[in-house]
Amino acid sequence: MSPIVQPATRNGAPGASGAANSASGRNPQLLMFLEQLFNALVLGSIYSLIALGYTLVYGILMMINFAHSEVLMAGAFVGLGVSILITPHLSGWLAMALILLASMAGAGFLGFIIERLAYRPLRRAARLAPLISAIGVSIMITNAVFLWVSKTTLPFPKLMNDRVMRLGFFEASSLQILIFCTAIILLTCLEWLVRRTMIGKAIRACADDLGAASLMGINTDRMIAITFVIGGMLAGAAGVLNGMYYGSIKYNLGFLPGVKAFAAAVLGGIGNITGAVLGGFILGFLEVMAAGYLPNGNQWKDVFAFMVLIGVLLLRPSGILGERIAEKV
Amino acid sequence: MPPTLKHPNYPNSPITLFKTKHQASWKSKLSSLAALAALIVIPALLQSTPQAYLIRSAGLVGLYVLLALGLNFTLGYAGLFDLGYIAFYAIGAYTAAKLAILGWSFPVVVAASIAAALIVRLWVGVAILRLRGDYLAIVTMGFGEITRLVLNNWDSFTNGPKGLPRVGETIMPIRIFGFSLISNLHYYYLILIFIVAAVIISKRLENSRLGRAWVAIREDEMAAQLTGIPVANLKLAAFMISAVFAAVAGSLFAYWERFVTPESFVFWESILIVAMIVTGGMGSVHGVILGAILLGGAPQILQIALGGSEWINYRYFFFGLVLVLTVLFRPQGLFPEKRRHATLKING
Repeated sequence: MSPIVQPATRNGAPGASGAANSASGRNPQLLMFLEQLFNALVLGSIYSLIALGYTLVYGILMMINFAHSEVLMAGAFVGLGVSILITPHLSGWLAMALILLASMAGAGFLGFIIERLAYRPLRRAARLAPLISAIGVSIMITNAVFLWVSKTTLPFPKLMNDRVMRLGFFEASSLQILIFCTAIILLTCLEWLVRRTMIGKAIRACADDLGAASLMGINTDRMIAITFVIGGMLAGAAGVLNGMYYGSIKYNLGFLPGVKAFAAAVLGGIGNITGAVLGGFILGFLEVMAAGYLPNGNQWKDVFAFMVLIGVLLLRPSGILGERIAEKV
Repeated sequence: MPPTLKHPNYPNSPITLFKTKHQASWKSKLSSLAALAALIVIPALLQSTPQAYLIRSAGLVGLYVLLALGLNFTLGYAGLFDLGYIAFYAIGAYTAAKLAILGWSFPVVVAASIAAALIVRLWVGVAILRLRGDYLAIVTMGFGEITRLVLNNWDSFTNGPKGLPRVGETIMPIRIFGFSLISNLHYYYLILIFIVAAVIISKRLENSRLGRAWVAIREDEMAAQLTGIPVANLKLAAFMISAVFAAVAGSLFAYWERFVTPESFVFWESILIVAMIVTGGMGSVHGVILGAILLGGAPQILQIALGGSEWINYRYFFFGLVLVLTVLFRPQGLFPEKRRHATLKING
């Protein structure tokens, strides 16, 4: 959250103009739709990564982590810093992997610190108290970057050569494919971690019932810390991918994707991991399609996305995949 | 003799479950009057000094106090997490600006902007109030963003990001009994009058049957329903009263600034008002006012405290830090609601 909101322009986004005038002789409208669909998948995969951070934390603590968008922003800045350090020496896949890992490590660490200092002392306080400390932390991080790193928009390197690739009968930029594949790999890793490892089992137990998990000998404080680290790492990766996608970063960049990813998490059913991914892709789809097909779409796409969100929640008050929670008496 | 509850560990001490009647002691009444007198006299004295800019800051903080007292009905008493409250401030301000440009008189304009905010709030409230907790929060947030984006994009009606009035139009200053309100001091006093009214309304409602019902809903909705409280209607009532406060604050803002743009109504402002209420103490009128003064006036306060030193550039950083520290050391708020104390207090 930051006091100044950056307007979301997709002007710099690769693929926004598309290569609709492909001379393949097929139906150009279908082609354009397929390209928009791919744009939606790319944007949706970034939203999914961010939404997972909200949903994992919410699943355990029932708390909206408002500082998550700032973790995303910090991850992007770590990525930029590392890329400036290593570009003279390295390039290509290795550089990309290093930058991604460094920003994930940095953002994960930041998530850990925030949880330790601002949320853990409030574990037993009233429900809205952690929200306020989250807002405070968010203001601090935004202003720290503003004061000590940069006040202006910085260009973010593309890291890889961006060229148009032919996939079957439609074309996409290699950058988009890279972003999409990275996001999918990370989502698969998370799926494996949560479903197939002991840590994942413990995290799921905590999300089910924190008290009971604690009685079963699970170190719940540690599991909560791990959850914040995982959420932070995903946000850090999303920060780098977001930076590559738009080509620039700024101290207040976290706000808009943060709000939208949070909406995506709620849309899918907050606390539900599959739901967060689904919500992220739906929101990306709505946004891209509204921008592409509605009159004045770029101006009205967010209105459209929020209206669908409200509509879905009115029909399914716990989100698309959320369980109907029985009221305790 | 009325039956009294017995505490298991202190069988001889009756338990006060609820302090039902508000009894302000003459001391607290006197101190309130003294504070009010200071608020009236000090700005008048500041008027001709170099510190006169503080009057404007105080007026802006006053608008936050109005907004925070308004949201306190929804968030503080009824416990409904509303993250889109600023939308109704915006609706009030834009309605007032539109009508003031047409030359309508102040009372009519205020009434119309209250009506506009109420109609929208009713429409939104009926649709969404059955949602719970954070789902309500996200839907109200979505509504707030939609409102801002519509104001920003609907050029023909709102003049888009350039704001109202358009070139060649003006918002006429308020005229009351032939007297025009033009200076910051005038608006400061006008806002102060509305705040006093808002405090009286808040206090009276807080200790009424309605206020007690709201708190019951906040503490346990299902139990409240079972005791026969019409939960849905009372939630809607809290929701609507909040909108009245927002609309009044919005029209005061429009008249005072004589200019409105969508930029004044960003999501951040909604968050800030929620923060004022939680930091001050949810549901406590004194706490909410204190929270609004501290957070709304924070930039100014830090400016004065750090003025001259190089720390001045870091004031927003310190603002965040102070927010975190306040909530870490007083998670229940600076001035927690009295009723919360009363729940477990044992007489004797």
